[in-house]
Amino acid sequence: MADQLMAILQFIVNVDILATYWERILKGVWLTIQLVVISCFLGFLIAIPLARMRMSGNVVLNGIAAGYVQVFRGTPLLCQLYIIYYGGGELRPLMQDLGIWWLFREAYFCCILGFSLNTAAYQSEILRGALSAVNRGQTEAAKALGLSPFRIARHVVWPQAMLIALRPFGNEWVGMVKASALAAIITMLDLMGQTRFIFARTFDFSIYLYCALIYLMFTESIRRAVLWLEKSLSSHLAARIPPTASGMGAPAAPAGGVDARPQTIGGIR
Amino acid sequence: MTWFSLLFGPDGWWGLLLKGAMVTIALALATVPFGFGAGLAIAVMKLSPSRLLRRACDVYTTFFRGIPDLLALFIIYFGLQAILDKLGKTMGVGKFEVSAFTAGVVALSTVVAAYSSEVWVTSIAAVPPGQAEAAKSLGLNNRKIFFLITCPQMLRIALPGLGNIWMVLLKDTALISTLAVTDLLRAAAEGSRATTRPLVFYTAAAAIYLIISIVSGIIQSAIEKRANQGYA
Repeated sequence: MADQLMAILQFIVNVDILATYWERILKGVWLTIQLVVISCFLGFLIAIPLARMRMSGNVVLNGIAAGYVQVFRGTPLLCQLYIIYYGGGELRPLMQDLGIWWLFREAYFCCILGFSLNTAAYQSEILRGALSAVNRGQTEAAKALGLSPFRIARHVVWPQAMLIALRPFGNEWVGMVKASALAAIITMLDLMGQTRFIFARTFDFSIYLYCALIYLMFTESIRRAVLWLEKSLSSHLAARIPPTASGMGAPAAPAGGVDARPQTIGGIR
Repeated sequence: MTWFSLLFGPDGWWGLLLKGAMVTIALALATVPFGFGAGLAIAVMKLSPSRLLRRACDVYTTFFRGIPDLLALFIIYFGLQAILDKLGKTMGVGKFEVSAFTAGVVALSTVVAAYSSEVWVTSIAAVPPGQAEAAKSLGLNNRKIFFLITCPQMLRIALPGLGNIWMVLLKDTALISTLAVTDLLRAAAEGSRATTRPLVFYTAAAAIYLIISIVSGIIQSAIEKRANQGYA
């Protein structure tokens, strides 16, 4: 029995593999960080006009943005990546004419394009919720004081909206870290890709567990950093949080109207 | 060939795609009872007085919610097979065979259990404690309190959260295509390899996924509406 236990332990833990392949793993981590940071940033830039379109009150603009969100949230991210990466190749002559072939030739750019478009759909919904959660009176008061629309947005609405959006954005960043593993399937050597490569060489299962620990480190740090940031940024509101309603009815909403229910940390799509 | 005749013509590929879609739906439906059930069991353990049990469940959910679903599927899929192989060898009964579909359901259930346990915990906590206390004062035992008083009320509260997880699950089934199950996405991949028209096939797959998720959204809001009768 003891021998079998040792065998199973050996099967799970193998440090030699890290000594041999640490360079590959580091490279993979660096690529994962690049993919996540760039995609989240580009996705945010795309999300802003989308959220504005959703809130514009214009039926056509709202419809386009809502359709975009439905399409990108209603289909698997992997399928979207395939359309861009493999489907893009089918349109090669057209794209060469348009001069955008370089974008679809490299798996790297395909990943960033796919991830950005996808996360934009999620981020636009977060932004929309946060922007409309800011009390209307704030805008009206700022208007009454004669602030220009830009100043109202920059100094009154957005700072409050960003505080409300912080936690859902944190979930979205975590979701993006997790989703970035899909890059491995379209030949990228990110953390997941390197792990698969090492596994294919060594048939050592433990590399998957080390990979999981590294991902876990990333997602937990983001989660904790966001919670800490939220706490320190909202300290001026802390005194005003009403005592939690005991028992009956829906869970009480905390300051800023954030939904108190913990959201599922972003799934894969 | 135009995309239409490629998909719907006399030698069209719609049959294969439809079969793949059925596998996708079957995968998701087969995961629901195990995933949501295990999630509920974990939620109950998280609310138990035993500190060890609570810690163990927290570690489980933190782990599976913190790593990419793809990685979780790989770990379970390959880990399960490797462990079964070892087990078979040490017990001297040869190899245990697990079909890719079954392994896929096990892997998806493990991930979904972690996600859904959080929803269950919050919805159990959202049932007013006075309900359980009143039942206790009426002399119901713990099991009856849970199944007759808490369960029906928490189900209503859990519905939106479970609906979200269902959507995640539906899209997660696409990851199983990287293993060995011919689901919708893999069917599309086969079609595009055979015809060298990936754009048509993957777009068609995306359209089918979209239809499935729109339909489940409609069903979900109908269920929620029905469950919320009398609460409006």
